[in-house]
Amino acid sequence: MTHPAPHIEKPKGTVAAIKKLLGKDLISVDEDNGELALHVKRDSLVSVLTQLRDECEYQQLMEIAGVDWPDRDPRFEVVYFLLSLTKNHRIRVHVTTKEDVAVPSVTGIWPVAGWLEREVFDMYGVLFSGNEDLRRILTDYGFTGHPQRKDFPLTGYVELRYSEEEKRVKYEPVQLAQDFRSFDFLSPWEGADYVLPGDEKVIKSNDPPRGTPPQVNDPKTTEKPSQTGAGAAANAEAKKRTVRKPKAVKE
Amino acid sequence: MNLQQDLAPTTGDEVIENYTINFGPQHPAAHGVLRLVMELDGEIVERLDPHIGLLHRGTEKLIEYKTYLQALPYFDRLDYASPLAMEHSYVLAIEKLLNLEVPLRAQYLRVLFAEMTRISNHLLNIAHHALDVGAMTPGLWLYEAREDCMGFFERASGARMHTAWFRPGGVHQDVPLKLLTDVGEWLDDRLPRLFEDAMKLVVDNRIFKQRNVDIAIVSREDSIKWGFSGPMIRAAGIPWDIRKSQPYDVYAKMDFDIPVGTRGDCYDRFMVRVEEVRQSIRIMKQCLSQMPEGPVCSDDRKIVPPKRAEMKQSMEALIHHFKLYTEGFKVPAGSVYVATESPKGEFGVYLVSDGTNKPYRCKIRPTAFSHLQAMDFMSRGHMLADTTAILGALDIVFGECDR
Repeated sequence: MTHPAPHIEKPKGTVAAIKKLLGKDLISVDEDNGELALHVKRDSLVSVLTQLRDECEYQQLMEIAGVDWPDRDPRFEVVYFLLSLTKNHRIRVHVTTKEDVAVPSVTGIWPVAGWLEREVFDMYGVLFSGNEDLRRILTDYGFTGHPQRKDFPLTGYVELRYSEEEKRVKYEPVQLAQDFRSFDFLSPWEGADYVLPGDEKVIKSNDPPRGTPPQVNDPKTTEKPSQTGAGAAANAEAKKRTVRKPKAVKE
Repeated sequence: MNLQQDLAPTTGDEVIENYTINFGPQHPAAHGVLRLVMELDGEIVERLDPHIGLLHRGTEKLIEYKTYLQALPYFDRLDYASPLAMEHSYVLAIEKLLNLEVPLRAQYLRVLFAEMTRISNHLLNIAHHALDVGAMTPGLWLYEAREDCMGFFERASGARMHTAWFRPGGVHQDVPLKLLTDVGEWLDDRLPRLFEDAMKLVVDNRIFKQRNVDIAIVSREDSIKWGFSGPMIRAAGIPWDIRKSQPYDVYAKMDFDIPVGTRGDCYDRFMVRVEEVRQSIRIMKQCLSQMPEGPVCSDDRKIVPPKRAEMKQSMEALIHHFKLYTEGFKVPAGSVYVATESPKGEFGVYLVSDGTNKPYRCKIRPTAFSHLQAMDFMSRGHMLADTTAILGALDIVFGECDR
């Protein structure tokens, strides 16, 4: 026994059956952490999910999740979570999409997809073609932007308060009394090849990177006793400094 | 409630146009901040459009900026009527990504308290459902039993509601023996007495039945199509329970029955919850009798911080403590979807890790989303007064719905 998470037994031959059924629509399959994830082509999503529901007995759509990967080319990933009540198994179906490319809606297969797609649209701005009611769902009326995107700041852009003078609720640009503290836990102790957060004022842009020893053209050495600075003059100076009179204590 | 006529008012004996009514968002029967825009033909609901998101706090966004441990208390604040059940999915998801073993006593403690959470959640829902259709007394009695649950939570974790007691690797602290014996006595005597007394008042009550039987019937097919789970799908007659079919922690060792409904109406949903309370009592008693002695948290010091006494003696423990409470632990890259049977249905966490100390993405699957969405088709053709019964039987908490 290892982890205590829900124990799900994969029915035998599932992967082979799905591969055979989906054919070219299936891009790749991965089984990390004991979960079956199918990466499929976006355009054939509806036919894939219909086949999975009708022929592989994945009757229920439990959830649709969006994921934002700003570095990847099709930036967004939309994940569908299917559950089979008869086979007692779960699979995930992944498709990728861009900001301006719509994903086919699955509201025709599962009516529950209506709100789930609305949420992904609201949070990520992913469009779903065929969803007739693609309004915002979680954010405020008249909200702009898509808050779950990685480039949307955690604090947002506007804040809301009740204005006693105007007797109404008012939107204003966000003002923070203290900067949001974000710590860089992944930086190495020394030798980061980028300016660490907080070091912007200390390090000029043309300075050598941190951790490199300072450059010295003429290393200082002491070859002769006279170069050490010791001698009669130094002794006299030391004597003068070390002999101190104690200060008189004032009554 | 403000009334507003859809079209210009008509004069004389012309056909009356449909009314559009705004229900909420500040209405005691809305179970939180729900706004319903209802189109009425006389007293019959023609169309119903729930507006949600009034309690949206950006939990999923906040979690992306917190370490795995710092993100845990956000889960208490999702479904604040069953906080420990919310934590359960999250800690299991982390443990699955880490492939972390959890000591047996911790698993029993988690199941014990998850079931206590289920009881306290169902007591709240049963009380409010009865209150919504006009029965006040059972609510007052059930709150007394619910208060006992809160007391037990406080004795285990120090907090009545937002416990943050389940931790990746086990539970935060062991419970004293006196707490377990008190829970045992409570299960034997006080809880069944209070609960059955209150239930005697409603389950066979004529008015209660008139308000609930045959209201909002959901067929098996519809319950599957609309993504129902938990008591909602069981009331429709499908014996589906994740505790039984995909057991987690020590549920595989527990002996309990899954109640199912026969008609799929509001009364069935109510009765499924009533029976689930009795089954939870059974599970808790088994937990108490089987629970072994032993550690309550994994001893993997790269994930679970050491106890304070250990830190006084060991330099290594001190370093671990410091690192785990500042940087936190790193989780290997990958993604998992872990769903547990929360009192309200399937509560899932889709956790995507990029190998750092913070979740890259944490998608929370709320139970209320699919249930509330189905309210439109469930309410159609019913009277305006039935919407409160339907809403009560959905068992919705907006902290979880809006996140």
